[in-house]
Amino acid sequence: MATTIATQKPVAMTGNGGCALAMKQINPDVVAAYPITPQTTIVEEFASYVANGAVDTEYINVESEHSAMSASMGASAAGARVMTATSSQGLAYMWELLSIAAAMRLPIVMHNVNRALSGPLNIHCDQSDSMGARDMGWIHLFGENAQEAYDNTIMSIRIAEHADILLPVMVLYDGFIISHAIDRFEVLEDADVKAFVGERIPERALLDTDNPMTFGPFVMPAYYTEHRYAMRNALMKAKDVVLEVSKEYGALTGRTYGLFEEYKLDDAEIGIVVIGSTAGTAKYVVDEMRAKGIKVGVLKPRLFRPFPAEEIAGALSHLKAVAVMDRADSLGAAGGPVSLEVASALYGVANRPEVQGYVYGLGGREVGPDLIGSVVEDLQKIAAGDKPTTAAKYLGVKE
Amino acid sequence: MATIKELSKREDLLSGGHSLCAGCGASIAVRQVLLGVRGPVVCGSATGCLEVSTTSFPMTAWKTSFIHNAFENSAATMSGVEAAYQVLKRKGKIPADKRIKFVAFGGDGGTYDIGLQSLSGAMERGHDMVYVCYDNGAYMNTGIQRSGATPFGASTTTSPAGKAGQGKPQWRKDLTQIMAAHHIPYVAQASVSHWKDLVDKAEKAFAVEGPAFLNVLAPCPRGWRVPNDMTIEIAKLGVQTGFWPLYEIVDGEYKISFKPKELKPVVDFLKPQGRFKHLFKPGNEQLLETFQSEVTKSWEKLKKLAGVE
Repeated sequence: MATTIATQKPVAMTGNGGCALAMKQINPDVVAAYPITPQTTIVEEFASYVANGAVDTEYINVESEHSAMSASMGASAAGARVMTATSSQGLAYMWELLSIAAAMRLPIVMHNVNRALSGPLNIHCDQSDSMGARDMGWIHLFGENAQEAYDNTIMSIRIAEHADILLPVMVLYDGFIISHAIDRFEVLEDADVKAFVGERIPERALLDTDNPMTFGPFVMPAYYTEHRYAMRNALMKAKDVVLEVSKEYGALTGRTYGLFEEYKLDDAEIGIVVIGSTAGTAKYVVDEMRAKGIKVGVLKPRLFRPFPAEEIAGALSHLKAVAVMDRADSLGAAGGPVSLEVASALYGVANRPEVQGYVYGLGGREVGPDLIGSVVEDLQKIAAGDKPTTAAKYLGVKE
Repeated sequence: MATIKELSKREDLLSGGHSLCAGCGASIAVRQVLLGVRGPVVCGSATGCLEVSTTSFPMTAWKTSFIHNAFENSAATMSGVEAAYQVLKRKGKIPADKRIKFVAFGGDGGTYDIGLQSLSGAMERGHDMVYVCYDNGAYMNTGIQRSGATPFGASTTTSPAGKAGQGKPQWRKDLTQIMAAHHIPYVAQASVSHWKDLVDKAEKAFAVEGPAFLNVLAPCPRGWRVPNDMTIEIAKLGVQTGFWPLYEIVDGEYKISFKPKELKPVVDFLKPQGRFKHLFKPGNEQLLETFQSEVTKSWEKLKKLAGVE
């Protein structure tokens, strides 16, 4: 298919800078935000765009993340296109509202720059914040680097506002590693972003006062289940919409995205599943191992909610052993959230691969090629007949 | 200033058929406040009796656009609605001549306590909205637990009168004064018993540019342990005894709206209410004296602020 790819320019920017730029190009109607590390530089840079007249957004400097989400919800219900951003405790502080935002079917797009949850207090990267909010009805899109964070921001507007979906989206990427490190990536012209995202035309809006409507009613048992069922169905449909929007974005930019990325997985015997920036390191390790003749590949989930279980199971089913690396623990469970999802997805597969879970990189602990190399060594042993441990292994713990 | 004849021609924006209790002060407060708004209005409400009893899906008692979000964030939610209105108007997506008013409602629990931060933030940021607290002095929706607005000595399910306790041991928080400290253009205290005063204050609140706050005494017969038909009478006694003075603060200037020559003794307000029954037992005279002296002190302070003798 012959397509004309839009003119883009390379920039050297932090991930947060790229996301603030994407927000500028989207020019949302309302942004309500509260500062929290490592998200803060997004809202600072966006505030500068507002102050300099580069956008005509109504920017609400709320007094807390709880109010950031509350105001975002009010604005979205009013009919506006709304964005916000947070991290860690901020996301946790919004928690009760995350579920209401999804139930009210409000297409808010929020950056959550992944950071460890307290305690102990830690400002550095892991994914325990968004993983803790994984069952709230939001779409979770992870990016590996600044390019993906930028691209996901733009695509999320279309995904959230799609008539079949109308659900909030979290654009996720690793704190500091992506948010604060300067990366080289391609950005679109403002006009192309504007044309791609279009205008939000809400079907129902509070400001349509000629057609008054009650948002957020009280629901008795007679209807509650049906509301949740409708949410679930809309969320599950997001898989198709993510693919549809990503395809269109691919035609515009030349960068194609799916539900997940497969790296040298086709002919692999063993594979590593890992989300976010560590996938980049894992790909580097795969290249090194491949040079030694070890048939290893990587599967990097992009869409975590809804979890594309069937598709991921299909992509992993030919392997002998799979390592699932979680940058978060699901305390008290057998493993981190991703390993539980992957193991569950593979359960119905005949001759399923063995799954070994790992918990790594908590609170910003560095993860280098050596550590991932040790995972490959483990996998080789499992492929040769060793049994995986039921509980996930903690990588790099100082004993 | 509307006359009762004019008001009788205005449409009630909260319809009948909701499931609030007979004699509920909250619905009276809401209807009187909404009589003070001309043109389209978007209403928000905190979780509580008002919301639960007026929006039971698939029905709604609201003839206006309405949003309920959670318990503590009615003000923040309406901040977002108002901000959306400002920007969509600027962008030409809403006709330039269309004026929409915004009002957030919360009970005293959702306002004095858990919602105070959200309210304070919204007022400080200067959103063009009216916040109305319907103060019935406890968490009535969850079964009459004490709130920051619960009067001294009131027996609630979490500050019960018993052998060792005599109801709520603390004085109530003065939210109206806290709101005045936000330097917003309009703050007022009103009561459902004084309908003209309340509707007038609502009209003023909607007329100002920027945030306005109304604290409305809205008795709860269940929680106050008074008969259902006594709502207005008991609220009136609250005003006449100085427990709930009617006043407004316009751009920082205090004005008392109702000045009795002589306040009635506060026991006239307390005596009919079951929640204060224990204060009238022998041995508790001191508590009644404390109550009276606090009311007198507050009234004198208010008179000083308003510059009246």
